[in-house]
Parts: sequence; C-alpha cells; structure tokens
Amino acid sequence: MSIADLKSGQKAIITDISALTIPLKLLEMGCLPGSEVEVIKINKIKDPLYLNINETYLAIRLETARDILVTTLNTSDETN
Amino acid sequence: MRQINVALVGNPNTGKTSVFNSLTGLNQKVGNYPGITVEKKEGVCKLSRMLKAHILDLPGTYSLNASSLDEDVAIKLLLNKNDKDYPDVVVVVSDIENLKRNLLLFTQIKDLGLPTILAINMADRMEKKGIRIDIEALEAKLNTKIALVSARKNLGFDKLKELISNYKMLSTESCCEITHIDSAYFENLEKAYPNQNIYKLWLIINNDVNFGDLNRNPIENKTQDFTPKSKSELKHLQQKEVIARYLFINKSLKATLTKDINAAKGLRASLDRLLIHKFWGYFIFALILLLIFQAIYNWSAFPMDLIDLGFANLSELTKQHLPDGQFTRLIAEGIIPGIGGIVIFVPQIALLFLFISLLEESGYMSRVVFLTDRIMKKFGLSGKSIVPLVSGTACAIPAVMASRNIENWKERLITILVIPFTTCSARLPVYLIIISLVIPDENLLGFLNYQGLVLFFLYFLGFGMALFSAWLLHLIMKNSKKTYFVIEMPDYKLPIFKNVVITVVDKTKSFVFGAGKIILAISIILWVLASYGPNEKFSKAEQIVNEEITAENLTLSAEEVNTKIASHKLRYSYIGYMGKAIEPVVQPLGYDWKIGIAVITSFAAREVFVGTLATIYSVGSENEETIKQRMSKEVNPVIGGKLFNFASGISLLLFYAFAMQCMSTLAVVKRETNTWKWPILQLVIMSAFAYVVSLIAFQLLK
Repeated sequence: MSIADLKSGQKAIITDISALTIPLKLLEMGCLPGSEVEVIKINKIKDPLYLNINETYLAIRLETARDILVTTLNTSDETN
Repeated sequence: MRQINVALVGNPNTGKTSVFNSLTGLNQKVGNYPGITVEKKEGVCKLSRMLKAHILDLPGTYSLNASSLDEDVAIKLLLNKNDKDYPDVVVVVSDIENLKRNLLLFTQIKDLGLPTILAINMADRMEKKGIRIDIEALEAKLNTKIALVSARKNLGFDKLKELISNYKMLSTESCCEITHIDSAYFENLEKAYPNQNIYKLWLIINNDVNFGDLNRNPIENKTQDFTPKSKSELKHLQQKEVIARYLFINKSLKATLTKDINAAKGLRASLDRLLIHKFWGYFIFALILLLIFQAIYNWSAFPMDLIDLGFANLSELTKQHLPDGQFTRLIAEGIIPGIGGIVIFVPQIALLFLFISLLEESGYMSRVVFLTDRIMKKFGLSGKSIVPLVSGTACAIPAVMASRNIENWKERLITILVIPFTTCSARLPVYLIIISLVIPDENLLGFLNYQGLVLFFLYFLGFGMALFSAWLLHLIMKNSKKTYFVIEMPDYKLPIFKNVVITVVDKTKSFVFGAGKIILAISIILWVLASYGPNEKFSKAEQIVNEEITAENLTLSAEEVNTKIASHKLRYSYIGYMGKAIEPVVQPLGYDWKIGIAVITSFAAREVFVGTLATIYSVGSENEETIKQRMSKEVNPVIGGKLFNFASGISLLLFYAFAMQCMSTLAVVKRETNTWKWPILQLVIMSAFAYVVSLIAFQLLK
C-alpha cells in the first residue's frame, strides 16, 4: 500500500520509494525508507496530502504519494 | 582591521535571515549575483576590535544537490575556492525542531573540509517543545562547535561571534563517511585526483558545474578503469547518499537529543483546522486580500496627501527664491515634480510589503500554497505559483525571480509569462488617480468604499486574467516532464518585528532607487521635450497668441492670456508633436494626445504615467496645482465634456490592467528564459489584447 491509501490520522513506516519518480528533494526533507509518516487530518482535504514525516510537516500531491510505499503501524506499537 | 568571509547556509524556514539580521543589523546590502537574478544579501558584523566578518546570507537550500537556481548559487560558492566570497568559515543555521533534517546539509558541507559551525536557532522554544539536547555530546558526534541562538530573543550571539572569531580551531574533518555507498567508484575518483576533496568531485559530477581546471568530463575520463555513471545511476547513488547521511544523523541524535512527544502541537493543529478549511480557509484568504487593498487605499491617503502638498510647495518655493532662468525651471518644473512622483508611492509600497512579509514570516503563506494547489493545478500551475503571483502584486520583477523555486520548467515558464497580468504596485498610482477621478467617493452599504471596491476588482481581474492565460498556455504548450509538488508546512510563528521592518525598508529602497532612477530620468527628458519646440510656433508663442487675441478682439485677464500661451507652447513643443502623431491611434480608446504620450512613456515604468501628466500639465503654468485637480479640469477635444469621465477612465484602467508596459519586466523575463522569444510574445499579445479590450469598453460606455 502507498501513502495515498492511508486514512487521515493513520501512521505508517515508509518501506520503499520509487527511485525514478520521487524527487530527490523529498528524500532530503526526510522522506526515506524507514521514516515514520503520519497523514494529518485536516478537513478531509485529500489533495495535496498534509503529512508529518520524520517530524517535518510537508504537503505532496496524491500522485506523488502513490509512489511512496508504506506498511501501517499499529498505534499501540508506537514508541519513541 | 582584518576581515574574514562567513557564509550563512541553511534550510528555508529556519530563521536564517533572522540570524543574518541579528548579526549585521542594518549593516547590510541586497544586490544580485552577477549575471543572474538570485538575490544576494551581504552584511558586515564586527567580531572584535581587530576582526570583522563579511557575512553572506546564501539562498535557503535543503541540500547541496541543486534542484533550483537558488541552490545552485550556494553550491557554486562552496565549491569554488577562487570566488572572492569563498568562506573562511560556514555557519549552518538550523532550527531547533527540524534539527534532523537540517543536519543533512550540515554533514554535506562538513564533507567539503570547510570549518563549519552549527547554529541552532529558536533555542528559546526548546523548553516549550519538550526538547533536550546534550550539546557537548552532539558536538563530539558532529565534530564541530554548536551555538544555541534565538534571533527572536536576541540570545546566544556573543557565543556565535566568538566561535566565528576562533574559526581556525574548528575541525575540518568530515563527520559522516559516505563513500561506502559505492566504494569502487569513490576509490577510483580518489586515485584520479589524489589532491582533491572527494566529496567536492562527487558534487561537481552530480551538479555538472565547472570551475576552470575542474569540470565533469575530465574528471570522468581521467582514468581508464573509471566508468562514468549514467544519469539514473547517479540519481540512485544520490539517493543512497541521502539515506546514508540520515542513518548517521539518526544515530547521532538518538544518543544526544530527547523529545517529549506530548509537548504542545496544539497551535499548529487548531490554526490549520481554520486556515486551510475547505471553506473558511479560502474565505479568510479573500478577507486578508481585501483588508490589504482597503488598507493600501485608505491608510496611505493621509501621508500621500502630505507628500503631494509638500512637493508642490517646494516647487513653488524654489521658483520664488532662485533667479528665474532655464536652470531654476529645470529644478522647479522637471526635477522636483519628478522626485515627488516617486516619493508619493512610498506609503503604499511600504504597506503592501508590510503585509506580504507578515504573511511570509508567520508561516501563513505556505498554507495559502497548500490551499491553492488544487486550484492552480487545473491551470497548469502549482500552489507554488501563488507566491510569485501574489508577489506580482508588488512588482513583476521580484515575482518573476521568485518563480525560480518552481522546479518544473513548464510550470515555471507559464508562471513567468502570466505574472505581468497581476496588478503590480506601479499600476497602483495609475489606478488610484484614475479611480479617484471617475469613481464616486461614496460607500456601498455604509462601509464599503466604491473606490476601494473598484480597486479590489482590478486586482481580481488581473489575477483572473493571469489564471485564464495560464490555462490557455497549459493547453497550448506540449507536455514535458511529470510535475511534482513538495511544500514544507512550517510552524506558525509571531513575525519578528525587525525582519518585517528590514523587508519593508529593503523593498521600498529598491523601488525608490531602482524604478525611481528611471522615473526621474524620464521626467527630465519629458520636461526638456515639453519646454522646447522645433519651430517658430513654439519660440514665438507669446507673439502669436497676442496677435490672435488682438485679431479676435478679445478682452482677457493676464492670467487667462498666460494659460493660453502655455497651452499653445505645449501644443507646438516636441512632445506636442509626438503626441499629435499618435493621437489617431489612441483616440478610439477615449484618450487625447497628452494621455497618449503618458501611455507611451509608461513603458519605462507604469507609474511614469502620473509623472508625465504632472509634467505636461504643470509646464508653463504659474500656479502649482495638484495633478489631480488639473486632470479633472481637462476637456475632451473631440467630443467635449470631461476628458477623464467614466468611459475613458474605465478604458484607461483596463488598458493598464492588461498591457505589457514595463521594459524592466521584459528584461527580467529575457534573462530568466534566456531568449527574446518569450518577452516579445508577452509584449505583443498583451498590448494587442489591452488595446482591443479598452476599445470595446470605451465604445460601449461613452
């Protein structure tokens, strides 16, 4: 599944990013395999997506979000 | 006194400029990098009795991998030892909350072997955010010195200055090894260039920059066993580099930084809920825009009246106290009204930039980008185009430059092409004077000023036209690379007063001394053109007019005679002949030859329109009247009645809304697109469109 499939408020870990379509800038901002990502719930606006990745708040378009693969985190597993 | 070079680098939104302001105070100047239009901010900071620092505030960047021209500037400076600004020491500015992300850039710069200091800004917010850092341990991990500063509270700068002064004590060793991402490749690089910094070579290959002896191809072709990487291999390797750096950073921070995750995130969440609400978000944005325009219109009225009056009096005084002659008249009728025509717009420009810088400083501007992306996407733009387009309301020149942050070329080109439609501050004087002449100063529903509403509508029209033409261009232009959009959503912050003031002063100064020079020069040329004529009809004007009066047996007061002479002179001056020549072209739009001249001279800068009319009308008249009163007395020579009436006023407003009339904008577009094709297309299409629309408007309304 990709970030685009996450529900608002859901947290996940990035597992893979499509190397050719994802801008390097996104990686530099902390969007990397292994990073935690949370979809911020704002008024159901789905595009652009408002994300918290690695403590950085940023927004990307839905089409970019589809190229970032994740596995969901069970909220109870959350650690520091 | 010895001077060292210091470069400030850092991510956008870290308060780097605040740190720069704190270090240099008002001791700074803003210019451009030679040949390109990226803003260059430099300043001087006294470190001790013996030492001062020349501080360069480099454009904000997330890394040393250039994806925009702004970032390119930073990289080129840091790689080029021969640059006169090449830093003795680099200060990487980070903010406390995004330390992790900021350290990416830090580790890259450190790898270049430059003495590097880490300045962590917004340290005053640490406690509130529940963050604790073991500074000594982090210094050891990163192999550097750290200064905790707060530009807002003005804390920690003594420490930072001390660290800068002692830059020679800093380690230049790298802190994060990345060559393992492709050991063979980096070993070969090292073999080929044993005396060069490996990371520098890698950046040169990646960014394809050249410095005389060092450029990409020779590096790649130097040794036989060196296999150059393909573009996608390089990209892949760059990604591996970023990941390797983050691994190191995460490890370093895990041991040194603790964060209480329960600390307040409340402000961001509750403000976001409102400000990017799918209805209230847009509503608030519209309200803010309306407030800005009402403020520009109403709040600036009083200081503008004062300036207007002041310059009229000054001109009168000059005439009284200096002996009559060509020189006195040049000063009183050419130069003083010309300067007055520049200064009068300072209150409005200052107010506009006050608002723009407040929106940017507070973090609200990013929310506007977020809100508008969905809409802008449909027009072939991105939310990022909103900042250039909104800045276009101040001046198209910085706005065209601001579009550099749009990574996608097609989006960027479209943004550049449509920016001149947005209502720049130079149109404002033209709008204001015409609105006040032809729109009643009354209120709708008791509180909405009609004049303010018309102004709002004109801004709206410019913006709408920009979007519409963007959409057209989007359809016409071939689809190039896939677009992407990434925007940081910074924390909300109270704007720092000092930063706002410095922005307002900077922009106002650049208007007065940049556009002002052109305006003054044009004013003087115009005065000369209006004060001399090619033939006897000008030089013998008094004689001719007096003969006419005698012939027609008129009895006129001395003042009426003088007015008649003045208007006769103007008509037969050089400028009169020029105006007459173009009159047939502008007459169908409701203009006379005087407006025609003003429309042409506006090409230097739109606000010259008002100055031109001021000069044309005041030339030869004994009493200095304010321009507006003079304009309202003008009579249309063909159809009679007031020249500036509703129909011609609207026609003029529309002409100024759509026409491409600014040579500085054309020049900057040429520079940004690197061809004359786009600016010339802009000029022809926009001007033709403006002519047709104004023609239709006047013919329908008259």
